[in-house]
Amino acid sequence: MITKTLEERKQAYLENLSKYKARIMICAGTGCVANGSLEVYEEFVNKIEEHGLSVSVAVGLEKEADYVMAKSGCQGFCQMGPLVTIYPQGILYIKVKPEDVDEIIEKTILNGETVDRLLYVSPETNKPIGKADDIPFYSRQRRLGIKLCGHIDALDMEEYIANGGYAMAEKAFTQMTGEEICKLMIESGLRGRGGGGFTTGRKWELTRIQEDPVKYIICNGDEGDPGAFMDRCLLEACPHSVIEGMLIAAKAVGAQEGYIYVRTEYPLAVQRLKIAVEDARKSGFLGKDVFGSGSDFDIHIMEGAGAFVCGEETALIASIEGNRGMPSPKPPFPAQSGLFGKPTVINNVETFANVPVVMQMGAEAYASIGTATSNGTKTFALTGHVMNTGLIEVPFGTTLRQIIGDIGGGVLNDDGTNCGLDYKAVQIGGPSGGCLTKEHLDLPLDYETLKSVGAMVGSGGLVVINQQTCMVEVARFFMQFTQSESCGKCVVCREGTKQMLNLLTDIVEGRGTAETLELLEQLAETVKVGSLCGLGKTAPNPVLSTLKYFREEYNAHVFEGRCPANQCEAFKKYIVIEEKCKSCGLCARKCPVNAIEGAKGVPYTIDKEKCIKCGACVESCKFNAIMIG
Amino acid sequence: MSEGIGTKFDKVCAILDKYEHNPHKLIAILQDLQEEYSYLPEDIMTFVSTALGVSPSKVYGVATFYSHFTLQPKGKHVIKLCDGTACHVKKSHDILNALEKHLGLTAKENTTPDMLFTLELVACLGACGLAPVVVIDDKVYGPMTPESTLALVDKIREEEGVCGDN
Repeated sequence: MITKTLEERKQAYLENLSKYKARIMICAGTGCVANGSLEVYEEFVNKIEEHGLSVSVAVGLEKEADYVMAKSGCQGFCQMGPLVTIYPQGILYIKVKPEDVDEIIEKTILNGETVDRLLYVSPETNKPIGKADDIPFYSRQRRLGIKLCGHIDALDMEEYIANGGYAMAEKAFTQMTGEEICKLMIESGLRGRGGGGFTTGRKWELTRIQEDPVKYIICNGDEGDPGAFMDRCLLEACPHSVIEGMLIAAKAVGAQEGYIYVRTEYPLAVQRLKIAVEDARKSGFLGKDVFGSGSDFDIHIMEGAGAFVCGEETALIASIEGNRGMPSPKPPFPAQSGLFGKPTVINNVETFANVPVVMQMGAEAYASIGTATSNGTKTFALTGHVMNTGLIEVPFGTTLRQIIGDIGGGVLNDDGTNCGLDYKAVQIGGPSGGCLTKEHLDLPLDYETLKSVGAMVGSGGLVVINQQTCMVEVARFFMQFTQSESCGKCVVCREGTKQMLNLLTDIVEGRGTAETLELLEQLAETVKVGSLCGLGKTAPNPVLSTLKYFREEYNAHVFEGRCPANQCEAFKKYIVIEEKCKSCGLCARKCPVNAIEGAKGVPYTIDKEKCIKCGACVESCKFNAIMIG
Repeated sequence: MSEGIGTKFDKVCAILDKYEHNPHKLIAILQDLQEEYSYLPEDIMTFVSTALGVSPSKVYGVATFYSHFTLQPKGKHVIKLCDGTACHVKKSHDILNALEKHLGLTAKENTTPDMLFTLELVACLGACGLAPVVVIDDKVYGPMTPESTLALVDKIREEEGVCGDN
């Protein structure tokens, strides 16, 4: 089936690419598509043809053309989308609209000039920056696992090959033994990127030594953490790297079949994966006799059905088997008895994407990046109240100062102003993780240091929270999430999270007492100890960590009857601003509980005892004379 | 639609055949069925359990465990409001309140009586860079405000020929 070698395909692709005068790459990740990048794409095709020039939609098509278009996956800089990059210069235009296309063609594509108004402007120097690599958001990252994301046509397998793709899988299948691959992985120190941080090579080795001839590889793409989207980005932008990682794992342990379990909330990722798997089959990289090695390996794609707990490996296995996604006790570990009772390697999407990188770099070079215990890089989804939201990849050991300040460009207040590094908290690791505060600004982030301060790497969600946010409410939000996602198997998780949520709701709604706080802490410990899987074990983390670092906020709610962030409805007070009040009486008529009194010529007042905080008065006032304080 | 008993289960049978009546494929089968019917009708689930040789409680158990499945018919347009962390801290609840008020819906009663809209609060959609995010019929919109969301809803109403105030 294979007619050309990988090297021949690489050369053919590069030769084809060199024939075009320019390449226009449009970001077609979920974020940019939502901002209208596909319309921009269409406009480029139409306008170029209107200029009497020819354009091809992919590299290497038979049709000769002057220009070539490409749709990349997520480039990570979602907030600035739609992103358009013009090659060979590599000029990045941000927030491009269809009406800008004409100017880009006239100036950049035909005359090699830049359109300054569409360039990213550095907030530090106020100067426009032409190339993506020079923008601090990108230049201060170190991209390994997501290196190709956004730089290649997500669906063009030839371009992946031209960037060295599948060479490592071929090497694994034709030149290496399973034992050698496992050894290399152990030496590289690559650890699971899904949150647990277990050494990948050890997992593989344990599976490899099992005697059962039938083994499975599972790729965990059930990225359920609210506020995390690195797996989505990888699957959308570079699905072949994940397939290649799985292939290498298959060779390492001797597996014949693999599953990729993707969240159904990611339709674009599912669609692109399906195409990528089909393309890989056509080239003989998947299916029978992979790379002519005599071994077989094929991949099935399974869409999840919306259950966060399925991110837990034993629950995910139950889900693939067609059952409710409930976890089971370990041991036996999946490496011993996993899918359909067979030895199974189960790794996260990002882990698999890093496997070819590790092989390419070599174990030693990879291990030299990062900290002593956490090697390599980690992708984080930087979101929340931060200037530059998006996907970033940095070496382990990078600090929050670097991430939020240098890459993220500072913290945003509710009113949109930038307050530098004055954040209240950074929630890391989603509903299983914890909060970091300003005292952790220079903490080198890795698996161990985060654990020591009561947080965790998790899957890599980094949500920046500004000073105007109530931390008790944030804790309640996470508890609500874990409570509704608890599978119900363990009583302390099922009932405990529910009671914890009730207690937190009591505090937020002004019914909290000293006893509420005490109960909350006790229950948190119980749920932690008495649950089987990671969901229950880590569910109390956001509460415990906010209690540790923001105790005064809890105390203010409980003992002082106020919300320091002024966010919780129950503590809001409605006050008439005397200077603004025209005594029209409209608010008094609208008030459903007759809590407002006044007379002509005298400013009205609100009886705090009677007020039910419905907000009807604020809506009715034409002079903005009623303040919520 | 007047379907005879003979043809009622034709589509179900075709889906079951596609998955070779494999009980391990139950989730994929239910996903295809929901795609077809927009929800999982009770008699269809019973039929599936018999055809796969598993108990109805197992099928019901799976159907109710996963949040993607619904046992109630959905409205023509499904509005998914993201309540992931990033959207939450960027005030997705203000949008929720506005939508519920505008459409007369509650957490329990999440489909409009005219079957035009279903409002769902969903966990992270992975478009956190655009928070807060609203997805209407699989098209992602963001960053949204209560005003811009209501404008979208009204636009759909207009296209459907329904006037703004019902």
